[in-house]
Amino acid sequence: MFKFLLQRLATIVPTLFFVSILIFGLQQLLPGDPATALAGEDHDPSVIAYLRAKFHLDEPLYMRYFYWANGVLHGDLGESVRIQKPVVDLILEKLPVTVQLASMAIVIAIVFGVSAGIVSAVKKDTAWDYAANVFALWGLSTPNFWLGILLIMLFAVKLGWLPASGYVSPFEDLKANLAAMIMPAFVLGNAFAAVLMRHTRSAMLQVLSADYVRTARAKGLDERVVVLKHALRNALVPVITLGALAFGELLGGTVLTETVFSIPGFGKLIVDAVFNRDYSVVQGVVLFTATVYITLNLLADLAYFLVNPRMRG
Amino acid sequence: MKKIFLYPLVAALAVFAGAATAQTTLRIGLAEDPDVLDPTLARTFVGRIVFNSLCDKLFDLDEKLNIVPQLATSYTWSADHKALTIKLRQGVTFHDGEKLDAAAVKFNLERHKTMQGSNRRGELAPVTSVDVVDAQTVRLNLAAPFAPLLAVLTDRAGMMVSPKAAQAEGAHFGTRPVCSGPFKFVERVAQDRIVLERFPNYWNKGAIHFDRVVYQPIVDASVRLANLRSGQLDFIERMAPSDVPGLKGDSRFKISRIVEIGYQGITINIGKSDQAQKNPLGRDPRVREAFELSLDRKAITQVAMDGEAEVGNQWVAPNNPWYAKNVPVPQRDVAKAKALLAAAGVPNPSFTLMTPTTSDAQKIAQVVQAMAKEAGFDVKVQSTEFSTSLDLADKGQYDAYMLAWSGRADPDGNLYSFHACKQPLNYAGYCKPEVDELINRSRATTDPAARLKLFEQIEAHVAKDRPIVYLFHRHWLWAYSAKLSGLRTVPDGLVRVQDLKFN
Repeated sequence: MFKFLLQRLATIVPTLFFVSILIFGLQQLLPGDPATALAGEDHDPSVIAYLRAKFHLDEPLYMRYFYWANGVLHGDLGESVRIQKPVVDLILEKLPVTVQLASMAIVIAIVFGVSAGIVSAVKKDTAWDYAANVFALWGLSTPNFWLGILLIMLFAVKLGWLPASGYVSPFEDLKANLAAMIMPAFVLGNAFAAVLMRHTRSAMLQVLSADYVRTARAKGLDERVVVLKHALRNALVPVITLGALAFGELLGGTVLTETVFSIPGFGKLIVDAVFNRDYSVVQGVVLFTATVYITLNLLADLAYFLVNPRMRG
Repeated sequence: MKKIFLYPLVAALAVFAGAATAQTTLRIGLAEDPDVLDPTLARTFVGRIVFNSLCDKLFDLDEKLNIVPQLATSYTWSADHKALTIKLRQGVTFHDGEKLDAAAVKFNLERHKTMQGSNRRGELAPVTSVDVVDAQTVRLNLAAPFAPLLAVLTDRAGMMVSPKAAQAEGAHFGTRPVCSGPFKFVERVAQDRIVLERFPNYWNKGAIHFDRVVYQPIVDASVRLANLRSGQLDFIERMAPSDVPGLKGDSRFKISRIVEIGYQGITINIGKSDQAQKNPLGRDPRVREAFELSLDRKAITQVAMDGEAEVGNQWVAPNNPWYAKNVPVPQRDVAKAKALLAAAGVPNPSFTLMTPTTSDAQKIAQVVQAMAKEAGFDVKVQSTEFSTSLDLADKGQYDAYMLAWSGRADPDGNLYSFHACKQPLNYAGYCKPEVDELINRSRATTDPAARLKLFEQIEAHVAKDRPIVYLFHRHWLWAYSAKLSGLRTVPDGLVRVQDLKFN
């Protein structure tokens, strides 16, 4: 066990090193001079020169990487040039927002996607099935920003039920927080609900034709028990794996949704940083995200190791 | 499950009901998230909107672009125009209770001039030193007469911050700015909101009618408008021209339009790099003239801007007091354009028009492309992300570049940096000693009539050489609750909270 843990930990260091080089290198491929981009409308040459010196832009790439990596190792991810705030603070401020958004989206996707999947499998080739498929196709093919704006028009402008955009912290006002988040969460969860529906449907169809389900029916069990207890449990295994994977994807997919609904989350942070060439923010956020992924991966491996006796050797 | 889904609905209704309480907060929707809130370091247009509530300036502009006192009460130029003496308002304090006196003004001007990364250094370059004459009087000493100085002091260079706070916070002053404006800083959540609250000791508190001002950056114009319509915002700046007809019929809202002091134009690479000589457009003034003659400015504004712009051909709009009347806006003349191209020996010149990725810029480029085609031009539109396009322009790696300028109160701010030799915004690479000489003279005289004469002479050159083909001047479109009154429409496009109130 200890050896396994050590082995896994040993792979993290080179992985993170490689990731940091990749992040740094890719960023250099962004066209445009960051000093010019940051200098603002007036392009004062003295300001550009100052920014160049401040960010070591005239020095060779490996030196710049060294400065950055050195800071990171000392717990300093740098500071946003645009608004003078430490990158760590920005991350801590934005991350909970996006995690909440993605979690709500997943819940919405599961509720709609899985139930539609079950219905369409059980009622295969009926109007229910077709309706669920149309719903899925619609979910997959509606662009997030378009759906977002339509929902805003309906629920905020026409009906006045929900705020059009913005964000309120749940600790400040939970009701207002949920009111602000429900539309974006729906928009974000919508496409994923469609994916889940398709997967649940095919998994359910497979399971429903399995021998043990036939046996369960032959025993005279109520159809509801057969479907929800016997069939769904097995059908859900691949769906759960998919859901876990999708959570990471949703965290990244919040960019458009956050922009449309003006939600100050992770996605908006990185997009604005890229457009403003706020390098420290881009680097910090990507490195942070990569670290989270790697850590989660490690935890998953460990959990697997603990659960599966065959791996312990 | 049902209960969970009813919850947001109930919450939404509660929020809606809450909005009906007494209104003393003004909520303004901004088109972008401002940059750092330090007048010395700040560099964005949108930041200046927030500064107008936060930081008072020595001078301000009125609706007719006249320079009026704010923290200053009066000024006098010395006989040789190399010293500007400013009398300061009595009894003004900063948000932290510190006195705003001559020493504070000296501190601020020196901070603008010397702080690392200062964006004000260039604007205040002609100021060599600042003397404290007495507690309420400062004198700015200049190396040479500099007419645009007063106008410069109506913007960030004229904003005063508390010296004590500036010294304590150092380079991080912008995260907790302390000025002397009508509202003081409360908090800022990046990309979400900037909250200011009334400064009880403001020198002009009679003009302030809100307890709080909240600025919310909402980038998408339709979402910004939706927030206004649903009552989450009271005021939005930069409404999309295409949304005007939809809001016009709604009596709950009002729309104000102001002709901007900036412009939209096409910069042509005529000498920035070798590329200028490789293209007929950069090489031959006749081809540039033909290009301009192929364009119907009125039609461009109708199609691309829904008519929400004034056509123009100079760095200031025709309604501006500094417009050079000797060079009126040329009319479209395709036949003459063709003849010019034939004379130049290039009946079908081809060039690339680099444009930012905004939808406005794309629309304008497409209309320009179609119009120029009728005269024989083959215009390739190359849509380029903004920072990248600036970099390419700076290196001279372009033929023609669609670029907007937000404008400055004094025409010099729209002219000098663009048309004087080797200036930072001179992407065209325009450099003509006669023009430089005229521009320098226009900066050195403070007599308006003499300056206007010089601008006319400069315009005669620029209109012929065409380093920039000016197209039009956008309308600043503001939409706001009909309950608001007292709005001042100053052409710099910055929202003034003074005198603004709910009926």
